[in-house]
Amino acid sequence: MAEPEPVAQDKSRGLRRRKFLTFLVAAPTLTVAGRFGFDALTEASAVPSLPALGEVSDLGDVIRTASTPTHHLMVLEVTEDTRVRFELPRLEVGQGISTSIAMIVAEELDARLDDVDVTLSDARPELEFNQMTGASANVRVLWEPVRRMAADARARLVQAAANRWGTSTDELTTQDSAVHAPDGRSLSYGELSADAREESAHGEPKAASEYSVVGNPLTRLDARDIVTGKAMYAMDLPVEGALPTVVARPPTINGTVGSVNAAKAKAMPGVVAVTTIPTGVAVSAETFWDAMRAKDALEISWNPGSIGTMSDSDIKSELKKAVQPLAAPKVRDTYLDATFDFAFVNHAPMEVESTVADVRADGTAEVWMPSQTPIYAQQVIAETLDFDLEAVTVHVIRAGGSFGRRLFVDTALEAVRVSQAIGRPVKLMRTRQDDMKHGRMRPRYHHKIRASYTGGEVLSFEHRLAGVAVDLNHGLGEALTATLAQQGQPVGGAGLYYFNFSQAVPYNVGLANQSIQEIQLDIPTASFRSVYSGTVRTAEEIVMDELAERMGKDPLEFRREIVKANSGTTVLSKVAEAADWGKAMPAGHAQGVAYHAEYRSHVACVVDIDATDAANPRVTKAVLAADVGQVINPRGLEAQLMGATMDGIATVLQAGVHIDNGAVRESSYGDYHWTKHRNAPFEVEVHIIPTTWDPGGAGELAIPASAGAVANAYARATGTRPRSFPISF
Amino acid sequence: MPKKFKFFVNGERVEVDAEADMPLLWVLRDKLGVTGPKYGCGVGVCRACTSHLDGEEVQPCVVPVSECQNKKVTTIEGLANGEELHPVQQAWVDADVGQCGFCQPGQIMAAVALLKRTQQPTDADIDAIENMCRCGTYPRMRTAIKAAAAMPPQKPGGGKPTEQPRGNGPKQPAAQQQPQQTTSAPKPSDGQSSGGEEDSGTLLDGIGSAFG
Ligand code: FES
Ligand code: FES
Repeated sequence: MAEPEPVAQDKSRGLRRRKFLTFLVAAPTLTVAGRFGFDALTEASAVPSLPALGEVSDLGDVIRTASTPTHHLMVLEVTEDTRVRFELPRLEVGQGISTSIAMIVAEELDARLDDVDVTLSDARPELEFNQMTGASANVRVLWEPVRRMAADARARLVQAAANRWGTSTDELTTQDSAVHAPDGRSLSYGELSADAREESAHGEPKAASEYSVVGNPLTRLDARDIVTGKAMYAMDLPVEGALPTVVARPPTINGTVGSVNAAKAKAMPGVVAVTTIPTGVAVSAETFWDAMRAKDALEISWNPGSIGTMSDSDIKSELKKAVQPLAAPKVRDTYLDATFDFAFVNHAPMEVESTVADVRADGTAEVWMPSQTPIYAQQVIAETLDFDLEAVTVHVIRAGGSFGRRLFVDTALEAVRVSQAIGRPVKLMRTRQDDMKHGRMRPRYHHKIRASYTGGEVLSFEHRLAGVAVDLNHGLGEALTATLAQQGQPVGGAGLYYFNFSQAVPYNVGLANQSIQEIQLDIPTASFRSVYSGTVRTAEEIVMDELAERMGKDPLEFRREIVKANSGTTVLSKVAEAADWGKAMPAGHAQGVAYHAEYRSHVACVVDIDATDAANPRVTKAVLAADVGQVINPRGLEAQLMGATMDGIATVLQAGVHIDNGAVRESSYGDYHWTKHRNAPFEVEVHIIPTTWDPGGAGELAIPASAGAVANAYARATGTRPRSFPISF
Repeated sequence: MPKKFKFFVNGERVEVDAEADMPLLWVLRDKLGVTGPKYGCGVGVCRACTSHLDGEEVQPCVVPVSECQNKKVTTIEGLANGEELHPVQQAWVDADVGQCGFCQPGQIMAAVALLKRTQQPTDADIDAIENMCRCGTYPRMRTAIKAAAAMPPQKPGGGKPTEQPRGNGPKQPAAQQQPQQTTSAPKPSDGQSSGGEEDSGTLLDGIGSAFG
């Protein structure tokens, strides 16, 4: 592939800029690259400057800004057999991004969906910040470049057909992966692809009113693969000779290996090698069963872990000490104080952490892994092996869930270390117990909120929280700091940026102020679906209910009165109507409402809860109304909102991780009580508000709204004021 | 000491050398290359590995291979009849259940087993399904299970499963209405067969004779 020439470089600004609008790829058929910026530029126009800080309103904008300079390195290809190929520089974790992107391509190209192949791209370092999956930014970032790329491709195919037939392009139409003339002649895209390669026309993306694919519900394109067992995850890949490998790990968090006696393990059937690595002792064998049995036969003495003998209560008091004091004056009877605690939460994706690694004697390495940050993975793997970056290939494999977990590459580093040490390819898998006891977590948080009010009005809203620092050193953090530093932002921690650019009180509450203190504790953490909002906005939504009660107002009506955005009013009104808000319910049952705005999207949620057995509450129904801008696939959007609702239920009612004496107590789904059928609502209704502005984010959106609604419903049903989550812990 | 174990996997006769206590899951995945059943916990709680043994739901991660001797193992790969999806699979596609998909082979095998035990499962029956889905697809699974239960019995003659929900109710399996697929289905000689994989009797097509 031809490398585009860097035309303008401005290293002082941290990001390399290239003027190329499109670049030609050495291929016999049509390939179209993304355009540099968001606008249809001409060759002569100046390099666009990145949006100014004032235009950057949230984290997704920051990520979009960071990704823009490499849009032109993404390539759409039309082959001679009419396959439309796009290598997606993102990870499919179940969010349906592959399907959504295929829909955008099919729409703008007038191609049949069946002809579109969206595959996950290997790590491509030249994409810089444009190969990260996170912050609900995938569609927000890719929407514009992908539809323009497809529109350009369509324009070139039409031009090629016009040349062939000696007609004007105006007469021609496109449909079903072919160009059609009024006289009935047609040429497939495959037949035109070679000619179209010579063209340079630009096409205009369609108006929303012309859409026939985008915005229409579609079953995910891999649904059949999923139900037939054909969908392959890292551990299913037939990599020749890859040895099943598991790692004996310390009893405490970040404990280290003291001494090892591997004699017994090595003598066990099927065992090929025992390797000590920084995180434990790896056993590679013919089967995972052989490896697991031998692992249990290892005699290892362990050194203490990184948090000594700390337990939850110690961490909680550290957080209480760290949280900033509330500053607003307490005026008698007109303020409300509330404190909240949220336990650690493990991502616990169904597919345990796993990586296939083949580190070869010739100094090259090939790695297959589900990664949200493959460029970062490639870099740290190369560093770990002391290889050149180019010597390491990272194949991105679909993930069996992520929720933020696969931003990190801990397991890949273990795999490459073992493979290098034993000179064989390995497939290293964590056991579920490994993932629970040594997984990364959403940190524990302590929140203090004070709201003051008078009459029917909220005068101030102060929110101070402290948490164990979220580890953001995975590429996304770098994207944030680099982009913001470039815009003259003071250099601070990525966490602070993340917090400031993602958190806002979406209501008119007078003087609003949110701030965070993060404490450094050597405990593995990672962004967890909805990151800071998961606890921040949940706590705030609980306070909104209590404020409404103090003021003698209905909680939904109160929100509608003070919500800032018009879309907020719309989703609240919609959810009120659809959920029959205020309906009569038997004793022990109640409804709860909450609202959240983030990623330029809005969602309101009403749940019905049956808490007649207060120790065993059941959310029986959830109704959500969302406005997320232009929807690509309503069916996929509904799935995301529904899935996040299950997370909201789990984190509020029953799922949390205990830290006991420097170790995680939970070991599997048996004691880590994530939502199961018996906890899930019988019915979930999603109402999507039709709007056509640019897509917002939606993958994480529903967590704070559902969590808040569940907590509020529980409070109303039981007459309690829940303050510590999960309620059953 | 490794022993020889003989059984059927998705209608195919297999022979493996394994320790008697080796879990079926690892025999399937690491010795036979059958990767549909997923590892999610290894202790029988996540149920991502759920498959059928002589038509009964099992968690292969806690079933020693010695218990499979002469029996019929059905994994997700063996559920469809060639290109024609099993009605539960079709209901799953129709409801667009899967997200990451990792739990789904186990979910579908559990749902097939449930529908075999209970033709019209109640919400309480569905609540009793222990399979974990971390992506939270439960509401769509509930819809799909109910849709599969409501599908009219499959008409003879086959055809492509398309828009129209169709298929067999649990008590009237397709296989029994498609003679070419049932007549050759043997019963394992141990006599403990539950009568085979009713919902996927077609899987046994091609098995010559019982062994043992
Ligand atoms: S892997 Fe078998 S039940 Fe979890
Ligand atoms: S679909 Fe991802 S775990 Fe169920």
